[in-house]
Amino acid sequence: MPIEIPKDKWPGSIRKVTLGATAAEGGTRAKTVTVGGQATMPYLHFEAPTPNQPVVAIEIKSRKPEDWSPLLAEVWGEAMADPAKWAKAAEAAGADLIVLALTLADTPDDAVKAVKSVLGATGLPVIVWGPGQAEKDNELLVPVAEAAKGEKLVLGLCEDKNYRTIVATAMANGHLIQCRTPMDVNLAKQLNILITDMGLPADRILMDPTTGALGYGIEYGYSVMERLRLAALQGDSMTQMPLIVTPGFEAWKAKESKVGEGVPAAWGNWKERAVHWETLTAAALMESGADILILRHPESVKRIKAAISELVTA
Amino acid sequence: MALSGIQIYKLLPQTNCKECGFPTCLAFAMKLAAKQVELSACPYVTEAAQKQLAESAAPPIRLVTLKAAGGEAKAGNEVVMFRHEKTFYNRPGLFVRVKASEGAEAIGKKVAEADAYKVNYVGLDFTLDGFAVEADGGDFAGAVKAVRGASKRPLILIGKDPAALEPGLQALTGETPLLYAANASNWEAMADLAKKYTAALVVSGETPDALADLTQKIQAKGVEDMVLDPGGKNMSQMLTAWTQLRRLALKSNFRPLGYPIIAFPCDAKDEGVAAAQAIAKYAGFVVLSEFKPEAIYPLLVLRQNIYTDPQKPIQVTPGIYEINQPKPESPVLVTTNFSITYFAVANEVEGSGLPAWLVVCDAEGMSVLTAWAAGKFDAERIAKTIKGFDVASKVSKKRIVLPGHVAVLSGELEAELPDWEIKVGPREAVDIPAFYKQVLM
Repeated sequence: MPIEIPKDKWPGSIRKVTLGATAAEGGTRAKTVTVGGQATMPYLHFEAPTPNQPVVAIEIKSRKPEDWSPLLAEVWGEAMADPAKWAKAAEAAGADLIVLALTLADTPDDAVKAVKSVLGATGLPVIVWGPGQAEKDNELLVPVAEAAKGEKLVLGLCEDKNYRTIVATAMANGHLIQCRTPMDVNLAKQLNILITDMGLPADRILMDPTTGALGYGIEYGYSVMERLRLAALQGDSMTQMPLIVTPGFEAWKAKESKVGEGVPAAWGNWKERAVHWETLTAAALMESGADILILRHPESVKRIKAAISELVTA
Repeated sequence: MALSGIQIYKLLPQTNCKECGFPTCLAFAMKLAAKQVELSACPYVTEAAQKQLAESAAPPIRLVTLKAAGGEAKAGNEVVMFRHEKTFYNRPGLFVRVKASEGAEAIGKKVAEADAYKVNYVGLDFTLDGFAVEADGGDFAGAVKAVRGASKRPLILIGKDPAALEPGLQALTGETPLLYAANASNWEAMADLAKKYTAALVVSGETPDALADLTQKIQAKGVEDMVLDPGGKNMSQMLTAWTQLRRLALKSNFRPLGYPIIAFPCDAKDEGVAAAQAIAKYAGFVVLSEFKPEAIYPLLVLRQNIYTDPQKPIQVTPGIYEINQPKPESPVLVTTNFSITYFAVANEVEGSGLPAWLVVCDAEGMSVLTAWAAGKFDAERIAKTIKGFDVASKVSKKRIVLPGHVAVLSGELEAELPDWEIKVGPREAVDIPAFYKQVLM
């Protein structure tokens, strides 16, 4: 008698979320991207198919970042000074989505201009991040949301302290949001509840649980993601949002990626180590249930995309 | 199948003699079921009961230990599918593969370099666990001896032909190497070899059924230590196979598949990513194609991270740490006792050459942000630590630098420590030297 393989039958599934809108849907995107829909732990095709595969976004900035690793400056070159050029280069590097991070130096006009130029340069759906200070986020993201009404952008990062204004403008202008909580299942769930209570439909929320980088706490993010995914499959509607994670941001602030000098010889070749650091951070998060992985280096993008396509083939 | 307390009770003498230290046999049975005591505490248990209890207490995934003069590599004894459910116990061994066809001299050089590799991560020293030697023609015994000449770590011997492998085994007396691999056509000869040389044996098969058929036949020949190789052509097939084997062992308690798994990222399209999957998803032995520090270091760190006990974060002892011989006018930096946090901060300050008093608060081993969210790193706790370790007696200039992530605490801390100047530092450790030079000097 053949051995019976134990299979989990889950009552719940991850919610399907679509980013971007084509002309027919009121936007200008060449195509939309849909994530979510899974009814099993990651890539277990013997239990249920993977209806939408995870996607990779590349993070660009509205102004040339001065604090990024020289390795990233080397690979993106002059495009870093012009978000439109950078977005084009990111699309050519294989991005499924563009993340445009605004900076503290941007005025509302600068922000709108940068978002419009990126929307003009690429047909991919776009995620726009404020600079990460509550007041400044609101000051920049509200005019951006209005100027790009109907594009189904993703606006972020909505945190406990600043979600109200961003959620309100996302609701008024037909956008989505990325909400971030610090490595905790209950905090993630709580913020989703607060945001849906404001009236934003649950299928316009992406959940960012904060992951940490390889060597810098990734085991927490990894387990929080697995627990969120298990809760979602068990039918908890407020944990069924697709998971969006930032391995590029996390890995490139680690010393292992960022710097080439004054580090132990046992760390080996800097450039290869740096890309490994980002790729392995992303690979671990891919295994624990990420739906959108935001990266910075084209080589990591290539490797993670190849791994995803292997994993989604049954 | 693990027995319940009541089932165990039925196998005990039921005399309530108390010699085990518990008031009744039932109480002792309950403790046994919870694996909190050893059966040997009962002087009167019968041999038959002992045998039955030992079988039921056997771990669902057998512990397989490779042994050599220079160390051991253990795999198995795992009890959960997800690390948050308890923890993953035995960190998978990382083995670097060499091929006999490379020649003894090249092998010796490569192995010596890899064997000497040591890297420090948050105060822990990591090394590779051993080597895999492939019999791909040429002088196999010579290759094994060349490896042994350069390293004393455990070995895996790879080859399809038992006759070709035997000379290699002869060179490893007194050790427990891992033999790769028994399959449907060579299993008898391989099992004989494993038995003769006390080696552990990998069993190769493409389906759980094929694997279980072989492990049962091989066990009947007297080989107990086995390792499973379910193959798989791509990452998806490997993940499926590894998940199914782990589930059959843990959830179905299916003994014929209750063995650790071996993975071969060395044959994958992207070795690093495939190795990451193997580490995260249940491999017990991982074979890599070559030794490169920049590729090995991230894998060693990932392995450590995934196998860290979620209930017990690695901690450092709270207290005052002196960095670069601080003087009374040097600043006081505050952080938590999560080891990664501590080492991130300590390494940056140390590397900058700038003197500081680093005060580590007991935040139950959590990072700054996590501890703050959990209420384990607040103004009250920080103030208590500063007072408790009498930091004031060490300094002439009372300046405290808070991590940027908890800038929100500065007001409360000023209230708690009125005669101290509270400064808010950067969020990330990597920015501390720049902050120090701009703000503290």
